[in-house]
Amino acid sequence: MRFEGTENFVATEDLKMAVNAAVALQRPLLIKGEPGTGKTVLAQEIARALGRDLISWHVKSTTRAQQGLYEYDAVSRLRDSQLGDARVHDIGNYIIRGKLWDAFEAPGSPVLLIDEIDKADIEFPNDLLLELDRMEFFVYETRQTVKAKTRPVIVITSNNEKELPDAFLRRCFFHYIKFPDRETMQKIVDVHYPGINGLLLREALTSFFELREVPGLKKRPSTSEFLDWLKLLLAEEIGPELLRDRNAAKLIPPLHGALLKNEQDVHLFERLAFLHRRNAV
Amino acid sequence: MFIGFFLALRKAGVRVSLRELLMLQEAMAAGLAGFDVERFYFLARATLVKDERFLDKFDEVFGQHFRGVLQPQAEVPDGVAMRDLPEEWLRLMAEKNLTDAEKAEIEALGGFEALMETLRKRLEEQKTRHEGGSKWIGTAGTSPFGANGYNPEGVRIGQPSGRNRSAVKVWDERSFKNLAGDVELGTRNMKVALRRLRRFAREGAADELDLPDTISATARNAGYLDIKMVPERRNAVKILLLLDIGGSMDDHVALSEQLFTAAGSEFKHLVTLYFHNCPYETLWRDARFRKSDAMATDDVLHTYDHTWKLVFVGDAAMSPYELIQPGGGISSMNTQSGQAWLARIVKAYPAAVWLNPVAESHWGYTQTTRVIRDIMGERMFPLTLEGLDGAMKRLMR
Repeated sequence: MRFEGTENFVATEDLKMAVNAAVALQRPLLIKGEPGTGKTVLAQEIARALGRDLISWHVKSTTRAQQGLYEYDAVSRLRDSQLGDARVHDIGNYIIRGKLWDAFEAPGSPVLLIDEIDKADIEFPNDLLLELDRMEFFVYETRQTVKAKTRPVIVITSNNEKELPDAFLRRCFFHYIKFPDRETMQKIVDVHYPGINGLLLREALTSFFELREVPGLKKRPSTSEFLDWLKLLLAEEIGPELLRDRNAAKLIPPLHGALLKNEQDVHLFERLAFLHRRNAV
Repeated sequence: MFIGFFLALRKAGVRVSLRELLMLQEAMAAGLAGFDVERFYFLARATLVKDERFLDKFDEVFGQHFRGVLQPQAEVPDGVAMRDLPEEWLRLMAEKNLTDAEKAEIEALGGFEALMETLRKRLEEQKTRHEGGSKWIGTAGTSPFGANGYNPEGVRIGQPSGRNRSAVKVWDERSFKNLAGDVELGTRNMKVALRRLRRFAREGAADELDLPDTISATARNAGYLDIKMVPERRNAVKILLLLDIGGSMDDHVALSEQLFTAAGSEFKHLVTLYFHNCPYETLWRDARFRKSDAMATDDVLHTYDHTWKLVFVGDAAMSPYELIQPGGGISSMNTQSGQAWLARIVKAYPAAVWLNPVAESHWGYTQTTRVIRDIMGERMFPLTLEGLDGAMKRLMR
């Protein structure tokens, strides 16, 4: 079964290759890229395209690797023992399964998304080395080994906030999602807003890519922001003429709030517009 | 299979391991790449490269290694329409592999000026598409003009941009160039590098109740209270930033200052002091160098002890007198040479680095840069992502 993108997601050739290699060889796939280029969405779409379930594990700075495997709820067991509950004799009642366990035991090898792995502690990836490699782990409390029936497809995303250890990287396939070029962007828009006014789209794309090229921007808008902006343009029924009107005073595109998320960036544009106006006089 | 390529990658500094090579072979055996060069490229990239900084290196090595092996698909021009467009002559048709003797033969047609002059003449003479040969402008020939051929003094004329179907395109584009580690820094990149400095340490007496651990320990203890304490978590990094202000480096220095300040939350303390070209007996708290902001260097050394990490930012380029001669300073009369002061400061801080905005390849040309590099004990780093990364690693050692 090959991943070829879906009706909601435009996959470039190299991305398809990376996904298919990871699926075929049953190795984790590590995805990096600018924020807003669809890293998390990719996992959802892989699950859809392959007809598998999606199990997502969103990592936070406090997440520990053990939580993905299982947790032993000693406190509940203590309480039950005080109350004389019969359940207390079986320690297995107090083992709480983590996402990795769920993924290992689920039928039909689901897609497991480990989202933003770089948010966690620096040792986090190292603690999962063996588990991801062999797809098995040992539960000390119950002395059982959990082994994946069928190896799940594992997609890991990273925003590059921390470097991942080499040993971890060697076990993965890697793909860096490049910022889409104009052509790809057009395809992406077609997927999300089929039948959009071609003229409007062309003008919007031009404004957008021009905006991204402005030097000194703190945060350059990304794909998801562009899509939001388009939605706004459609909702407000702004015509292509308004976008094309690129004279000095209109340097900031309409509804820029969807694109510029930083008041310093907005300020930068206002200053640029001001300079243009002054030069024009 | 691909061992030569593997070794070439390692030689170029891409960190590839045997494990990844085996993974690639496994994937090839599984028939993932089929018999398609582009798919092989994608597969190899996904398998062998694990850091976007190396993507550009990979493209480069891939292009070099498989050049000549890969015959890009030929596209036949329709003749007439093409005649007016010199770009069309440059269409890629074949790569020519020349022997060393041939290469020697075509050495030099004259200097750059001569080349441009000849180019102009040739363009006038030439009216048709041309390929191969050694005089006319075209592709894959040995004439100095055109693309993809071999001539050491060649001029590259507008590589066709729309070669969508040709195989070489993808890696020849080198679209990951700006992710390579040796390019100059963007703000965000730099912040990522500075994150290296983030280190939280639990230091001092265990005076904080570790509630989760206490509960867990108590429960495991079958209900007998077992109190666990931990020391408070503190940020342990203290940075003393010395900036060279005044002169051509102002922009870079201002950038570094901003960045360190922006990353200030990562440090327990960040103190910024300024000097002009070379630190002497006085440092300033403000870049305006006013008397009221002056601080004796001796006091600095005593106030901030050796647990502070010292970061210099400056181009280290000045007149040799300013560094070596007592009294050579441009802003004040210094009784001891800048060299002596520098050595003293560096000695006081075991963890010290010098960040130099000037490209590393130029350091050797400036005498003072060499001297300062010596004083720093090779701890001078260029102000690039890689350099910053190296510097931060060095500081954390």
